Amino acid sequence: MNRIDERLYSLQKTGQKALITFITAGDPDPETTGELVVAMERAGADIVELGIPYSDPLADGPVIQRASARALKAGIKITSVMDIVKSIRKTSDIPLVYLVYYNSVFRYGPERFIKEARDAGVDGLIIPDLPVEERREMADIVSSHGMHLIPLVAPTSHERIKNIVEGAGGFVYCISTKGVTGVREEIETDIKAYMEEVSRYTALPRALGFGISGPEMAKRFRDYCEGVIVGSAIVRLIEQGKDRRRMLSNVCEFVSLIKEVL
Amino acid sequence: MPGRFGIFGGQYVPETVMNALAELEKEFNTAVADEKFMEEYRYYLREYAGRPTPLYFAENLTKKLCGARIYLKREDLNHTGAHKINNVLGQVLLAKRMGKRRVIAETGAGQHGVATATAAAMFGMECEIFMGKEDVRRQALNVFRMKLLGARVTSVDQGTGTLKDAVNEAMRHWVAHVDDTFYVMGSVVGPHPYPTMVRDFQRVIGDETRAQIMEKTGRLPDYIIACVGGGSNSMGIFYPFYEDKSVKLVGVEAGGMGLDSGQHAAKLTRGSIGVLHGMKTYVLQDDEGQIMPVYSISAGLDYPGVGPEHAFFKETGRAEYVYATDEEAVNAFITLTKTEGIIPALESAHAVAYAMKLAPKLSEEDIIVVNLSGRGDKDVEQIADLMGVKL
Repeated sequence: MNRIDERLYSLQKTGQKALITFITAGDPDPETTGELVVAMERAGADIVELGIPYSDPLADGPVIQRASARALKAGIKITSVMDIVKSIRKTSDIPLVYLVYYNSVFRYGPERFIKEARDAGVDGLIIPDLPVEERREMADIVSSHGMHLIPLVAPTSHERIKNIVEGAGGFVYCISTKGVTGVREEIETDIKAYMEEVSRYTALPRALGFGISGPEMAKRFRDYCEGVIVGSAIVRLIEQGKDRRRMLSNVCEFVSLIKEVL
Repeated sequence: MPGRFGIFGGQYVPETVMNALAELEKEFNTAVADEKFMEEYRYYLREYAGRPTPLYFAENLTKKLCGARIYLKREDLNHTGAHKINNVLGQVLLAKRMGKRRVIAETGAGQHGVATATAAAMFGMECEIFMGKEDVRRQALNVFRMKLLGARVTSVDQGTGTLKDAVNEAMRHWVAHVDDTFYVMGSVVGPHPYPTMVRDFQRVIGDETRAQIMEKTGRLPDYIIACVGGGSNSMGIFYPFYEDKSVKLVGVEAGGMGLDSGQHAAKLTRGSIGVLHGMKTYVLQDDEGQIMPVYSISAGLDYPGVGPEHAFFKETGRAEYVYATDEEAVNAFITLTKTEGIIPALESAHAVAYAMKLAPKLSEEDIIVVNLSGRGDKDVEQIADLMGVKL
C-alpha cells in the first residue's frame, strides 16, 4: 500500500485531519531540507510536499518563487533532490510528494523521472500545470510505478471535477481560492459548499491548500475536509530565519500549533 | 487533436484557468462565425488601424543589392506603429463581447502594451500591462505612452526582468482575476486557443499580401521573410501561404551576439522541445528544463519560447528558420533608413538583414516579400546610444 493511503486511512480511523506541509527542496540548502522534513514530521506533519525548484513557477506566488530562485542559485539539481529524498528515507517513513512543474519532468524524461523518484522513496506527484486534458501519458507511468498523481481542483472547476478525479489516487488537492500560492488574510470561497461539491464526485480524501495562513484558518476549515496544506507560511519562516537552529525550531513550533487544531 | 499543431501546443496551465480557456475557445469560435462580429472587427482594422497597409516595392534597396526584387509589407504604418494592433482589436472586441470589464497584457518592447492600452482607452476598459523591469528601462518611451493612454504599468522584477517574466506575471494575475479580466495575449503563444486565435487575427497581413502581390506582379512571391520572437507577425504573413509550396517561408530569429556566445534568442535554431507558458514548443532551456536567460538587442525578440505552430512548421519543413545577429540587424536598420527613408523596428530589421543577405544571391526575376512588422521610433534612442550620439 502506498504510504499516502496508509497514513490518510489511519488518520481517518481516529477522526483526525491530515496536515500536509510544503517546503522547497534545496532552500536554503539540501542538508537543511532533509532536517526540515524530519523536524516537521516530529512536530506533527503527516505528509510532506517537496517542491522541485523551477525557473518559471506559474502557479506560485512571490514567497515560493523566491524560495525556488534561492535553491536554483545554490545550484540544486533534480538529482540532488532525489538524493535528499534518499537520505530522508534512511530515518523516516513519512509520505513524500513531489511538487514539480511539467517541463522538469518532460525534459528529464517522464519514465526516468518517475522511476528514480519511486526508487528514492517518493509516494506521489503534484504537477500544477498539467490539467486533466494533458495528463493521460503521465498518469499511466505514475500508476505503473505504484505512485499517485495527485489531482488538483479549483473553485472554478465545477463539472470538470468529475473528469479530474476519475481514476485518481491519494487525495484531491483542493485549491482554496483563485490565484497563486501565498498566505492570505481571508479566503472568500465558500469552502463548505466547495468541499461538498468535490465529495459529490469522489470518495478520495480532500486536502485544502493555497492561502492557509496558520492555526486559526486551519481550525475554521478542518470540519469541511480531510486535510489542510500549508506552504508559503512555512517557506516564509525559512526565508526569515537567519539562524539555522532558530529557524528549525520556529518551523517546528508553527507546524505543531497547526497540528493541534486538526 | 484540437489545440495541437502536430505534437506542439496544448494547455499546460493551472486548473484555475481551464474553464476560462474553454469559455474563450467557445466564444472565439462563435465570434469568428458571426458575420456581424467580423464586420465590426474589419471596420476597426480599416477605419481605426488604417488597413490595408501598402505592399511597397523597395526599389532603392533592390537596386543597391543587385538581385531579387524586394517588397515591404508596411505593418509599420498601422496605428500605434506595429502589427500588434490587428490582434489586439480582435481580442478586445472579443473581451467586450464576453462582458469583461478589464484587460491585461504582457509586453516586451512595449508595442503590444501600447496597442492594448490604446484599444482599452478606445473601448473604455480598465487596462493593466505587465512588463519586465529591464524592458521598462529599455523602453521608457513606450512605458510613458501606455501611462498616457490610461493603463497601469506593472514592472516585473522576477527572473530576468524581460518578456518571459512579464508573461509569467500576467498569467499569475489572470489566474487570480479570471472572472472579470481578459488576458490579451500578444503573440501566437500560450495555451490553446491563444496560438490559433492570435494567428487568425494576424492572418490579415498574409491575406492582403497575397492580393497585393498578385495585383502588382501577377504571381506569388518566391520568399516571404519575417522576424520571429513569439512569432505573430511571421505567422500572420506565413499562414495564408501554407498551401503554396512554391513560396518559401523564412523566419528570422534574434542571433544576438552570435549563437556560440550563448547571448541570443534563437530557440528554433538552437533550442529543444519543452513546455513554457502553457504550450509545448521549442524553448531555450538547460538539461533539467530550466528556462535559460535569452538576449537580443531588440526587446521584442527577447523571448525563450516560440509559437507552437512555428515549431510545427520547422518540424515539417514548411518554413525555414535562420537568424540575424545584433550587428546585422543594426546594419540593416541603418541601410533601410538611408536607402528608403523608412526607419524599421529593430525586430523587423532582423528580417531586413536576412533579405539583404539573400537578395544578391537571387536573380531579378525573383520576388522577396519582407514583413516590416513595426516602425523604429521606439528604438531610435537605443541606436543613438550605440552610435555614441547624445539626444
